[in-house]
Amino acid sequence: MSDYLKNGYLTLEDISPPDMERLEKGPVAVIECVQEIPCNPCSDSCHRGAITMKTSINDRPDIDYKLCNGCGICVANCPGLAIFLIDQSYSETEALVGLPYEFLPLPEAGEKVMLLSRQGEVCGEGVVQKVRNTRAMDRTPIVFISMRKDLAMTVRFFRR
Amino acid sequence: MRIDEHPILKFERGKQIQFVCDGKPIEAFEGETIAAALHAAGIKTLSHSVKEGRPRGFFCAIGKCSSCMMQVNGVPNVKTCMVLAEQDMEVTSQTGWGKLGQVDARQDYNRKKIPVIETEIAIVGAGPAGLSAALYASRFGAKCMVFEENTQVGGQLIKQTHMFFGSKDHHAKVRGIDIGQKLIDGLNENVQVLTGTPVVGYYPDKELAVIKDRRLTIIKAEKVIVATGASENMLSFPNNDLPGVYGAGAVQTLMNVSGILPGKNMLMIGAGNIGVIVAYQLLQAGVKVEAVLEALPTIGAYQVHASKLRRCGIPILTRHTIKRAFGDGKVEGATIVELDDNWQEIPGTERDVQVDTICLSVGLKPTTEIFEMAGCTMAVIPELGGEIPVRGHNMMTSVDGVYVAGDASSIEEASSAMLEGRMAGLDAVEKLKGVSEEISKEKQHVKDSLDELRAGPFGEKIRQGEAKLEEACK
Repeated sequence: MSDYLKNGYLTLEDISPPDMERLEKGPVAVIECVQEIPCNPCSDSCHRGAITMKTSINDRPDIDYKLCNGCGICVANCPGLAIFLIDQSYSETEALVGLPYEFLPLPEAGEKVMLLSRQGEVCGEGVVQKVRNTRAMDRTPIVFISMRKDLAMTVRFFRR
Repeated sequence: MRIDEHPILKFERGKQIQFVCDGKPIEAFEGETIAAALHAAGIKTLSHSVKEGRPRGFFCAIGKCSSCMMQVNGVPNVKTCMVLAEQDMEVTSQTGWGKLGQVDARQDYNRKKIPVIETEIAIVGAGPAGLSAALYASRFGAKCMVFEENTQVGGQLIKQTHMFFGSKDHHAKVRGIDIGQKLIDGLNENVQVLTGTPVVGYYPDKELAVIKDRRLTIIKAEKVIVATGASENMLSFPNNDLPGVYGAGAVQTLMNVSGILPGKNMLMIGAGNIGVIVAYQLLQAGVKVEAVLEALPTIGAYQVHASKLRRCGIPILTRHTIKRAFGDGKVEGATIVELDDNWQEIPGTERDVQVDTICLSVGLKPTTEIFEMAGCTMAVIPELGGEIPVRGHNMMTSVDGVYVAGDASSIEEASSAMLEGRMAGLDAVEKLKGVSEEISKEKQHVKDSLDELRAGPFGEKIRQGEAKLEEACK
């Protein structure tokens, strides 16, 4: 386990992301929620039953990557903004990453942005491909950014 | 200083008005408090202290701390954070106690002339706990009156722009602001909510003294549910009284209720959930957050909240505290310092940060005056926030028919406050109207739901406090 209690951010060793085979198949949700907190909207909102809590709402969410199709409903439903969408099948060289973004102004498709890591450090440049912002998402839009494939599990925010 | 665009909120401002403060015209909008309008006009100093004449601004912005008192239309000691600005109002900053005018005490306090209103359940406070109590008691037929000293209903919910945790039953994933509205919309004709109506006293046999339409009024109730919430803790450091040192709730009130920026750059003290959430809300409103300091070696907030802030590049410095604030008449910066394992400052680690606002998020203290007036048995339980009334699972205190709910009972999340209010309301209506299977089922459900919320590792402190409370009941 990393020092997230001391510095506030997770590292890859804290989470169990899907394997390469699953990642290359198409979009999938990655949940970065490691504490036992009383919360279950992610599993409640998943139409495919991919996210479950073992016995109580205090359990950590368990995601079945075989059932998850990366639809993104859980992303806008997560009160902790802790779910991200990763699509390694986006193109030959690039991945598409969906990030929850509750700031104004919203970026526009085609806009170049600075990519930030979990600890807020600049780690590259990406291009906004689309912004999903429906009424059901209740003011938590998802910004989809294309970036180098190797950055997909590092980038969790962006700066305009 | 006013926020025009916000990712979560829409500010619908009233008609533009003008009032006078110390001879200067101030632009305001109808529905805005005096203190908020002054802040928007760049006026942070509202009064000067009694002995040293030091400048004072507000601290809590919810009528609990008294540091915003000014003279309004000739009346001294008006809490300007709770009184709405009006056209042509005359506001004067106050030094010291303020001078009272002439009052004919005999005329005003002739007990026979004091209006008396009867109700079945009197509820003090229209926050999540008080509204939930009203919602469930009225659903089963009890007539309720809810007294709220602020001008708006909803308590602290009206400033919570983030989505709540919990499950569907706890309104999970709904934003606090919308939960408040849901509670208000759910009230039926059995409930009367009176805003701007503070409860100022408790008399034997469940009589409350309230100030209604600027007159003392007596409320005779069969049951009383007290959901007075909590006030924010102060932290001691030199110059902690400078205008620009605000409680986290005050910052939220300014920015999320009034739509006014509390400052340009901020230092947050305390990395519990409130500190981290408010720091994030500050970023959403366009304020620069310099850092979040936490004296403890670990972050108290949920990891997901801390991570939200960290990926925006905001540092959370554990084992750090504020050594002093500095500035000429207002906050201009702070000296921060690292702490060692024994909570001692490490010499040589001091550094200055230039900020115009310092936000304190260092815990809350239950507001308990009414319980003490009512003669409730009190207990000091640090895990639940300090001194609180002893109460059972049904939320009844040691005084028959007097209930407690929400932060006044234990410092916890709004989700638990709503459940406690619901429990108090259900028990009160059950005792008034008689036991029914439906109410018993509801009560069991609420108890299970509370247990569920408190079951995880983050509920440990509350569980320890509850155990101590049970001891105190014996």
